[in-house]
Amino acid sequence: MVARPTVVIVDDHELFRAGVRAELEQLVDVRGAAGTVEKAVAAIVDQKPDVVLLDVHMPGGGGVEVIRQVAERRPAQRFLALSVSDAAEDVIAIIRAGARGYVTKSISGSELAEAIERVRDGDAVFSPRLAGFVLDAFHGEITEGEVDPELDQLTPREREVLRLIARGYLYKEIAARLSISPKTVEAHVGAVLRKLQLSTRHELSRWAVERRLVD
Amino acid sequence: MSVAPAPLRRDPAHGWIAGVFAGLGERLRIDPLILRVGFMVVVVATGGLALVGYVVAWAALPATEDKPAPLARFARVPRVRGDWRVALGVGLLTLSCLLAFRQLGIWWSDAVVWPLVVAAFGVALLWRRARSSAEDEVPGPATTERPPAASGEIASPEGGAPSSPVGDLYRGVFGVLLVIGAGLLFLLSNDVFGGIRDAALTTVVVVVALALILAPFLWRLAHNLASERAERIRSQERAELAAHLHDSVLQTLVLMQTRADDPREVAALARRQERELRDWLAGDGRRSAEGRFAAALRHSAEEIEDDHRVAIDVVVVGDCDFDERSEAVLGAAREALVNAAKHAGEAGLIRVYAEVDDDGIELFVRDRGPGFDPATTPADRQGVRESIIGRMERVGGTAEIRTAPEGGTEVGLTVRQPGAEREGGAS
Repeated sequence: MVARPTVVIVDDHELFRAGVRAELEQLVDVRGAAGTVEKAVAAIVDQKPDVVLLDVHMPGGGGVEVIRQVAERRPAQRFLALSVSDAAEDVIAIIRAGARGYVTKSISGSELAEAIERVRDGDAVFSPRLAGFVLDAFHGEITEGEVDPELDQLTPREREVLRLIARGYLYKEIAARLSISPKTVEAHVGAVLRKLQLSTRHELSRWAVERRLVD
Repeated sequence: MSVAPAPLRRDPAHGWIAGVFAGLGERLRIDPLILRVGFMVVVVATGGLALVGYVVAWAALPATEDKPAPLARFARVPRVRGDWRVALGVGLLTLSCLLAFRQLGIWWSDAVVWPLVVAAFGVALLWRRARSSAEDEVPGPATTERPPAASGEIASPEGGAPSSPVGDLYRGVFGVLLVIGAGLLFLLSNDVFGGIRDAALTTVVVVVALALILAPFLWRLAHNLASERAERIRSQERAELAAHLHDSVLQTLVLMQTRADDPREVAALARRQERELRDWLAGDGRRSAEGRFAAALRHSAEEIEDDHRVAIDVVVVGDCDFDERSEAVLGAAREALVNAAKHAGEAGLIRVYAEVDDDGIELFVRDRGPGFDPATTPADRQGVRESIIGRMERVGGTAEIRTAPEGGTEVGLTVRQPGAEREGGAS
């Protein structure tokens, strides 16, 4: 049996921190919790958890700032973003900063634990809403000037996988539906995540620039 | 045993005049008499100029018995408030300007000097007073309790301000008298009281004096009105926010406590409140345009959420205007949602995913309910199926109901736009 993933919870909302901790206690190994960017960076560097559960909105720069500061010292650290917001600009900001997944806080404890394990294993976690957003952002024809077709476009298979995620299918259901292995489903989602982080597609960079998320 | 040298002080108790040399002698450990004799020699040698140095030393040095130096004391005397000092400064500044003009040859009459200086002093006093009273009002809580009517009495002294009302009034009256006196002085020195030809000049001087007197009060009145309006807007916004929270969140929280024994009801209440709060916080920016497909779909889902106490998550990619096809999809989706809410509402979240593009609309309603076997579908559900499938077929679309024993039910609705009617506006 694989060991339970170690987790650090970062959220400025104390009530929520305690709630997540209580819910996850049986499922994962919660190594610490922090309520500010500064304490979070210290706790992550200190505890070296498999996965950091990261709130998007926090005073002092939010989750994006935590990722930026931790990346200088632990570039391989894996983050799973957690937020009450499902606004596109929040999703794009945290994913492009380096989070490997985005789930909303309404997620159940067991689902969250599953998502943490998936991030621990290096896979991406897409909620139906995030999948819908990615489909929206990569929707339509590529206009001239967007140079990299490799990064700026989804393959038909990736599109199909995302569409099924958006429809509420679990990975294993998607695998069964498309007659592929769950590993292949994960590979497709990972490829989409990479494109999401690296693509210069207009729709993606626009939010980042508008919100001054990139220089 | 070493004693830290005491700072230089005067010693009036042992001194002859103000105790400067008594203090200095003690500090230097020299007999003050030697210093005094030496100083007298210096005074004689400089023709009395060194006496000025004595006066400066008296003014600048504090006396031994813990009193500040006369200079510092003067600056701290409550009655010599900032306004007086500023007014004095303005008067002196005016005087020096006039002298400079005179020296430069830009000059008309010596008669204007004193009236102008006195007037400048008085005006500065009035303006300072108006300013400082207005600034005193800035701290909020104390002044907000004041009845609004009090703001009308602009000329009367304000209570509670650091300056005493009597002193305030006194300064005001003094300033007014100074300005009027300056006007009269000017008229007198120009010898115009007897001459009718100078009646116009008299009027001008009086008007100017009145304007100078009234200007600060008018300015203060305008300033007060502006700050009062800003305060009113602020409190209005606060009241609006409070009213909103009271009508919505607070009510819901109370309701949830009374229904604590019904988890499903509590969840529905919380969800509805969350939705309302999100809408309110987002203003109208985030929601897709009203009167289009995506907004209508979300609205339908919300209605069903409320009616059936279920949770529905809607994800829409793209949007389009209404036509008979999108209306058919919407109607069929509603049926499918009601169906899912009735039969699978207990089983968790119902998901709606719609993708709208130039080719058409695809919509999926998925629940995690027990599922059903289409072959053994009861008659009433058959009817619902008809209203879904039949509705879609009438606009040339399809409806597919997919069900799996453990995977719940999914209704897929598809309608294609006829190739000729491609619509470029949707994104």
